[in-house]
Amino acid sequence: MNDNALISVKDLCVYYKNGTIKALNGITTDIKKNEVVTVIGPSGSGKSTFLRSLNLMEKPTSGIIEFDGVNILDPKTNINLHRRKMGMVFQHFNLFPNMTVLQNLTLAPIKLLKKSKEEANAKALELLTKVGLADRASAYPMQLSGGQKQRIAIVRALCNEPEVMLFDEPTSALDPEMVGEVLSVMKDLAKGGMTMVVVTHEMGFAKEVSDRVLFVDNGKITEEGAPCDIFEHPKNQRTVDFLSKVL
Amino acid sequence: MLNSLNKFFADFADEFKLNFIDGGRWKWLLDGIVATLEITAVALIIGIVIGIIIAGVRSSFDKTKDDVKAKDPFLYALFSIANFICKLYLTVIRGTPVVVQLLICYFVIFTKIYDGLPVAMIAFGLNSGAYVAEIFRSGIMSIDAGQFEAGRSLGFNYIQTMRYVIVPQMFKVVLPTLCNEFIVLIKETSIAGYVGIMDLAKAGDLIRGRTFSAFMPLLAVAVIYLVFVVILTWLVGKLERRLRGNER
Repeated sequence: MNDNALISVKDLCVYYKNGTIKALNGITTDIKKNEVVTVIGPSGSGKSTFLRSLNLMEKPTSGIIEFDGVNILDPKTNINLHRRKMGMVFQHFNLFPNMTVLQNLTLAPIKLLKKSKEEANAKALELLTKVGLADRASAYPMQLSGGQKQRIAIVRALCNEPEVMLFDEPTSALDPEMVGEVLSVMKDLAKGGMTMVVVTHEMGFAKEVSDRVLFVDNGKITEEGAPCDIFEHPKNQRTVDFLSKVL
Repeated sequence: MLNSLNKFFADFADEFKLNFIDGGRWKWLLDGIVATLEITAVALIIGIVIGIIIAGVRSSFDKTKDDVKAKDPFLYALFSIANFICKLYLTVIRGTPVVVQLLICYFVIFTKIYDGLPVAMIAFGLNSGAYVAEIFRSGIMSIDAGQFEAGRSLGFNYIQTMRYVIVPQMFKVVLPTLCNEFIVLIKETSIAGYVGIMDLAKAGDLIRGRTFSAFMPLLAVAVIYLVFVVILTWLVGKLERRLRGNER
């Protein structure tokens, strides 16, 4: 196990229906601080399950996930404290429709981090300005485009000041035109040194931004390496097939 | 022709005077209205409290039973029992007529209380609680699972997620249905006369017994119920439009 690993995953398995469905079947990898890891693979391969296991949105059947040196699968660990440090962005944004953008952003900082309203608002507006949406602070999610919603969702996760950001196919539900604006926010984040795990079908993003690419198939990491290796010289036949179809 | 029309109005005026003016019988109707509204209001409050508790137990049992089972077997046992009691309550209340429940409350359970009014409030409250619980539960279930995940991913625990994320949205969804339950409840209280309360329906009936004319008092009672329901329906419609409005 690597000493500077922020998240250390060992032999992670997620089974459904008493083990008849093996969504994840022994995943081992380390995610270092400041590293951008993209997870690619065919649909149903388990890449989303892997990502969702990292903050226990999915209950692993066995294995170890160490985050900051703490095994978060230990029942005694307070997972809620760890989830604050792991921002998550969903495919379908999951903004709270009954709240304004600003309320969406400040709910957790005010209720969980016990920040004052002024402090939380200031931080939220600062981040909103960075993604170019400061003028939509008082809008409701329904009034926003998909790309705007997803940028807000990213900012909502950032308002918790997380150590790592998990992205679960953040651009898959977007109109093609809007993919770019979300990816550019993610690129800025990566440049700023954020540790990121990104499940994506955007091969261009994986190639350009990530430090490491994991290819997941049948609940296992079948190939991993630097993007140039994976995309230019894939070794595994399954990776070759997959890339020939998507590139 | 004109003559018979004149006679009709004269008869109508006489009937009206006999049934409502003579002996101050309009006051009976007024007292009846007050009793009906009192029972409905208190029953609704009891119903909402019971509804929140039952919906809370039932939906959190469904959502968290696996986690609780793994963590604390004793808590899981308690939780299962609570869930079973809630289910039993729903089955019994929704499976028996409300008039039978009212009579059981008055003549079997609260035998020491001779005033029917508080008993009726409790009986209708217990009854409406079962329906309100299912309204709340369906509201909770109608909220997209992604909302729940979003709350949990921010670090809120189960109860906080419910409180800050799910329940405010659930309330918005169920408010019209809840108001309909209120409308149904108003009409259901018309059986309160069974336990000696002079509610609106009973007041009309008492007038009929005194004046031996059925048309006028019963029509008046029907019209008063109808007016209440029409006003409430109108208010609910207004509320619904307003709730829909502020998200767009």
